Amino acid sequence: MINVSLIKKRLGLILFAGAVIFALVIACSTPQQLGTATDDAAAKVYVAPGSYDEFYGFFSGGFSGQVTVYGLPSGRLFRVIPVFSQNPENGYGYTEESKQLMMTSHGFIPWDDAHHPELSQSDGVPDGRWLFINANNTPRIARIDLSTFETDNIIEIPNSGGNHASPFITPNSEYVVASTRFSLPIPQKDVPIAEYKQHFKGTISFIKPDVDGHMELAFQIMVPGYDYDLSHSGKGPSYGWSFFTCYNTEQANTLLEVNASRNDKDFIAAVNWKLAEQAIAEGNYTTMNTEFYRNYIDHDSRIAHSERKSEVRVLDPQKVPGLVYYLPTPKSPHGVDVDPSGEYIVAGGKLATVIPVHSFSKMIKAIETKQFEGEVDGIPILKYEAVMAGEVQNPGLGPLHTEFDGKGYAYTSAFISSEIVKWKLGTWEVVDRVPCYYSIGHLMIPGGDSKKPWGKYVVAMNKITKDRYLPTGPELAHSAQLFDISGDKMKLLLDFPTLGEPHYAQGIPAEILMKNSVKIYPLEKNQHPYAVKSEKEARVERQGKAVHIYMTTIRTHFVPDNIEGVKVGDKVYFHTTNLEQDWDTPHGLAVQGANTSEILIMPGDTKTLIWEPKKPGVFPFYCTDFCSALHQEMQGYIRVSPANSNIQISYNGR
Amino acid sequence: MGRKTRILLLIASLMLIVSYFVPVWKVLLDAPQYPEGLGLQIWLHTITGDNPNDLNKINNLNHYIGMKVIEPDAIAELKLMPYLIGLMILGGLLIAWRGGRRWLYLWVALFVLLGIAGMTDFYLWEYDYGHNLDMENAIIKVPGMNYQPPLLGSKKLLNFTAFSFPAVGGWMIIGAVLLGTAGACLEWKAARQPEVVEK
Repeated sequence: MINVSLIKKRLGLILFAGAVIFALVIACSTPQQLGTATDDAAAKVYVAPGSYDEFYGFFSGGFSGQVTVYGLPSGRLFRVIPVFSQNPENGYGYTEESKQLMMTSHGFIPWDDAHHPELSQSDGVPDGRWLFINANNTPRIARIDLSTFETDNIIEIPNSGGNHASPFITPNSEYVVASTRFSLPIPQKDVPIAEYKQHFKGTISFIKPDVDGHMELAFQIMVPGYDYDLSHSGKGPSYGWSFFTCYNTEQANTLLEVNASRNDKDFIAAVNWKLAEQAIAEGNYTTMNTEFYRNYIDHDSRIAHSERKSEVRVLDPQKVPGLVYYLPTPKSPHGVDVDPSGEYIVAGGKLATVIPVHSFSKMIKAIETKQFEGEVDGIPILKYEAVMAGEVQNPGLGPLHTEFDGKGYAYTSAFISSEIVKWKLGTWEVVDRVPCYYSIGHLMIPGGDSKKPWGKYVVAMNKITKDRYLPTGPELAHSAQLFDISGDKMKLLLDFPTLGEPHYAQGIPAEILMKNSVKIYPLEKNQHPYAVKSEKEARVERQGKAVHIYMTTIRTHFVPDNIEGVKVGDKVYFHTTNLEQDWDTPHGLAVQGANTSEILIMPGDTKTLIWEPKKPGVFPFYCTDFCSALHQEMQGYIRVSPANSNIQISYNGR
Repeated sequence: MGRKTRILLLIASLMLIVSYFVPVWKVLLDAPQYPEGLGLQIWLHTITGDNPNDLNKINNLNHYIGMKVIEPDAIAELKLMPYLIGLMILGGLLIAWRGGRRWLYLWVALFVLLGIAGMTDFYLWEYDYGHNLDMENAIIKVPGMNYQPPLLGSKKLLNFTAFSFPAVGGWMIIGAVLLGTAGACLEWKAARQPEVVEK
């Protein structure tokens, strides 16, 4: 018995030693396999001091709810754009000017899960006007103005759960889309979950990005209760169509891991949105009562407004024949990506062993010749063989997403085998593959989902980090990796850490955005109702229990900076206008005991901080953003008297 | 008066007209924190920033050293200059039309005097701004330091290097003086050699 256990122990030791030797051999012979960069990589990602990156990269923050802005190829973080989450760093979501952006039919929501940034497009090419991003948890879409890098619209999507296939855009920014990853009882009602098949429905929504300057929900299409996962719009010949993957055609409501993986094929839904527009124009829709919020920043006052909406136009595929077709697609497809020509529709069958590619022209032919193999709720299911252009064999395990380089190649991320696979459109042969560290999700080529990709780099957004950086406890930064794709072979150039969990990203040449970047807000155009344009107008006014301070900042003082006559129980509004008109001269304001964040005020802008004093005394306030040599002197005091005091408002104005 | 002189005088007058529509002088300030540039443009009738808001920025910076606020509306010379140049244009055109050698000499002499007076006034104005500081409220006080910008050329003022030089309008005025002088020289020569002309 002792001997056997000894052998067992030694066996373990021998196996371990073998594994070590094997790893060493691998390490010595193929450095690329372990994720080391090639010799000239440093020069390729080095952006000399004072020089600029070639591309802006916009990465979703995932569970951070924000968008991060990186330079490529350097991988340097330039900015976090607050979108769905409150941001105490600058007061976004805390100030009176921004709070309303976070209103929903569930009330104020200070967070969401942001997955897919999408640049606005003109003629199928990113134009640098806006960036859109979805909120997955409480379905919403936000619009970011790329002249200011500020969120200026957030629209809630009604009749939806898990807004994942969003906000993919149509080629001329006609629409951004939304859909239900989680189908729901529509309209919402109290039903047993087990009655999923009977009550649960999905919706596909089309939102206009710019109606009188703001976003508007155009219409929704009622679809069977599957999980609609990802989307991309057609272009070129497939212009006018949008494609959505769906899984859980089994309509399971529990343990989807197993129960939604039973069917050999699920679907890509092809939606003819041009036909939808026609049906809307002809009045072939129903108006459904619902509740959702449309929030936007007013361009003159720069204050967020909320509108509660109670109706949505709904299209029923049974009543609009030809509106939706299902393309059978192997094994729970995830990504759906349309190549730059608009002919090929590539699916990421996440449990498949091939990458199925559908042909748009074959799809149209199959529709014309009625090559259907069935129908669900008025939606014809096309025959797989009739729409398939080809299958990429041996594409790696767990293919998820595909981007294109504009030179005839596609790049597919494979999560399980942790690699990027490069293959040729048309011949479907794999021409190169490169490992990722570890388990890549989305990947991004600047313009890689558009008509004209700038196919110089691909960025892998990896889901697992482990040993790539210095350890920081159990919670690690998600890692991104930059590859050079200018040659035949992909070359690893750089690892860089990211914030939150970037799912998708978008890239655009810096020269397109740089020239539009706003430096200051012109003071003369500031139409905030509490703005003051000069120190002479600075004042304090009492209206009942509300005290409005019309305050100014300029290097290096507040006017007024001594305020008296405030009482316990008052609500004090610090309406602070930054009189600076110089580039990069923000001022901040923090007040002791404020139950909110600081505010950061850009030149020419007005922001409001609310302070509710709870005890008598004299409390300091100060500038939080180092603004000049005398920044430390930029301070003031506010005196608080008991509630029953007779002290009148007084202050030192100009 | 010769045809050449008349043409020279006409061009000189037209150049002076141009000086109404472009800045006459520039004072640029260079510091590490202003990669985008910072400066003043002096026009015949006003002072503006070299970029939008530069005047505000400079006035705001000047409050640190107790310098007076530059208010273009309060500067009397800027009200006078358009008329003085206007008179020169009028005179120039009249002489080009009607002739008159002695009138031309007077025109050139007046113009040179005006230039000297203008530069002297500019120097005094710079001296006043640079020296008469509100020491009571100045934040930065450097003993013995004055902030008079250079009349022409460059000068280091704390963290800024100031550059002062004629702008397009200034070159127009300088050009007009030179053309007028050239005309006067031609006339002078012609007057001294009447026989040659008659031959």
